[in-house]
Amino acid sequence: MNEVVIATIITVSSVGIIAAIILYWASQKFKVFEDPRIDEVESALPAANCGGCGFPGCRNFAEACVKADDLDSLFCPVGGNDTMASVAKVLGKDATEKEKKVAVVRCNGAPQFRKKTTEFDSAANCTIQHNLYGGETACQYGCLGLGECVDACNFDAMYMDPETELPVIVEDMCTACGACVEACPKDIIELRPVGKKSRRIFVSCVSQDKGGPAKKACSVACIGCSLCFKECKYDAIKIENFLSYIDPVKCVLCRKCVSVCPTDAIWEVNLPVRKAKPVAPKKSVAKPEVDLIKVAKENSAKDTDNKEDSKA
Amino acid sequence: MLKTFAKGGIHPPENKLSADKKIETLAIPKQVFVPVSQHIGAPAKVLVKKNDLVKVGQLIAEQGGFVSANIHSPVSGKVFKVDNVTDTSGYKRQAIIINVDGDEWDGKIDRSEELKKDFDFTSEEIIKKVQEAGIVGLGGATFPSHVKLMPPKGTKAEILIINGVECEPYLTSDHRLMLEKADEMLVGIQILMKALKVEKASIGIENNKKDAIEHLSKLSKDYKGIEVVPLKVQYPQGGEKQLIKAVIGREVPSGSLPIAVGAVVHNVGTAFAVYEAVQKNKPLIERVVTITGKSVKKPGNFLIRFGTPISDLIDAAGGLPEDTGKIIGGGPMMGKALNTTSVPVAKGTSGILIMPKEEAKRREIKPCIRCAKCVEVCPMGLEPFLLMTLAEKAMHERSEKEDVMDCIECGSCSYTCPSDRPLLDFIRLGKNQVGAMRRARSQR
Repeated sequence: MNEVVIATIITVSSVGIIAAIILYWASQKFKVFEDPRIDEVESALPAANCGGCGFPGCRNFAEACVKADDLDSLFCPVGGNDTMASVAKVLGKDATEKEKKVAVVRCNGAPQFRKKTTEFDSAANCTIQHNLYGGETACQYGCLGLGECVDACNFDAMYMDPETELPVIVEDMCTACGACVEACPKDIIELRPVGKKSRRIFVSCVSQDKGGPAKKACSVACIGCSLCFKECKYDAIKIENFLSYIDPVKCVLCRKCVSVCPTDAIWEVNLPVRKAKPVAPKKSVAKPEVDLIKVAKENSAKDTDNKEDSKA
Repeated sequence: MLKTFAKGGIHPPENKLSADKKIETLAIPKQVFVPVSQHIGAPAKVLVKKNDLVKVGQLIAEQGGFVSANIHSPVSGKVFKVDNVTDTSGYKRQAIIINVDGDEWDGKIDRSEELKKDFDFTSEEIIKKVQEAGIVGLGGATFPSHVKLMPPKGTKAEILIINGVECEPYLTSDHRLMLEKADEMLVGIQILMKALKVEKASIGIENNKKDAIEHLSKLSKDYKGIEVVPLKVQYPQGGEKQLIKAVIGREVPSGSLPIAVGAVVHNVGTAFAVYEAVQKNKPLIERVVTITGKSVKKPGNFLIRFGTPISDLIDAAGGLPEDTGKIIGGGPMMGKALNTTSVPVAKGTSGILIMPKEEAKRREIKPCIRCAKCVEVCPMGLEPFLLMTLAEKAMHERSEKEDVMDCIECGSCSYTCPSDRPLLDFIRLGKNQVGAMRRARSQR
């Protein structure tokens, strides 16, 4: 009996010892050297894996950061300058400060301004509709209102306004990762610098139609009248294809273009309400209140619930 | 047993309401809108400017690349302006707007009705004439015909197949053309045979057009090498690859052109246009369009100049019915809903179908029950349910592997789905994204 036990112990332990030797040899022979800094950089990143940096995920971005000679062309829009500073610290390189950006929706065509001329009844997907025709209204450039950008957002920073049927961006939560810009088949969403005190002025329209058809299709369209261009002293406004564009770098937020725009296509965001003007200010969009963010969160929570339900 | 293609296919109700209506010539409108991209490929380059006087058949836009087509003035008058006009694509695109004044034709065009049987042109001369006349595939795909007549190096055409299938329900324009212009068409086929240097041509016609089969069989005895092949009624037999399989039993490999199996396919309408271009010097300026629909008062077939707004055509058919739900450019299976009645008739407009509200509306989308009916009917042997899911989940690499690009967009899957799922809508989306992916890859 004893002999059997001893024989077993000897056999099993010798197998164990041989396996250990083979494994040790293999681990030495096939060792892959991985820069330990990749892990360190990765831990400094937000781990959102959103793809906003242009890489498939945070790990790939970390690898690129370690490999790169300088960090000028690499930027994590989610983490922003703070994250890039800590990445730079790990790697002993310099990070260039980049201006924080935010997504803006350049369409103002709510149903009261932009009448529907047709009805789209296929699958509710912006790209499908875009591939089929110009859209339900006479404006072929504007928002289709089916919310593909909202689905693309990983940060709960967007929701569809049921009244205007347009997407709204919750500025505080937007990380400027660019997922919505990529998702929109009409190229309506643009990443713009946040600006001083989050103040911005931009043309909320992308219609390249001539004045007449543009105005007929949507009463708040940019008609390319060039009044803003003439008014601007800072050379910040360009008119191309009957569409005005305000350069965010050159714009000094003087607001003169906003008051001359005959169709209210130019928006000012987060600017104080004007005092001198006798008439009530046209459109000063207040910074989204906290409850709005809550609503967005709740909505998205509901959505994910629904999605899970449907999966189950 | 009649010939047909091997895989899948459906047989929707035929509804050929206008099959016995003779082709009528529609009056020339006061103003025409001639789009510069009426074909697949690069848009044509505009040659005229505001206030230029043009004659019927005058070149007004020249081809903007190898795969592109010339555009000739369909009317005589003064160019009003060059502007963006909503066309069948659903988008505003460049078009030449001409104010009509009289009907003065270019002097070179022979307007007599007399049949001109003999021709003495070399292959190159014919191709040049076809190219100059701006002829494109008139079956609906509008691929420039001269490109099809020049097989790439290393390939040789063995047989010319003429597509007289018209498998789309409702449409009858090709059917009427085969009955009324049969001789001209047969001469056109001979010209195409000469251009391709082939000895044989087969005209594939579905068995629901018995009168056309009989008529063409009788006439084709006088023409060497042309035979008529009656086919079983099965949608989508008019698809190029399906027709080749049905007529000569060869299967075009995935991703290759019909020339890979030695076949070239042209539509009957194209054959007629080639006859007119080569024998009568008449460029492509008009075509036969079917106007039809269950509630349309006078469904019919009209010879109509390009650029005429479809509202004129609808008026000729007794006006827009009150219960109109959708106006479709093309047939009910592959056609596309139009968003306005001011859309001009273009080279690819084979028919205008007016659907009543009740029939046009989409039914509620229900979950997939895995019945595999879509797989069964797919003529390309694809798995539509899978391709739809892949497109929905944006898994485009996977859909490329599943051969999404082989889809011919016939719509058999969506038609047959018992859960009314928008299969084709999503497959189109997938094709679009995979196409974009491939373009990006080739640029890299």
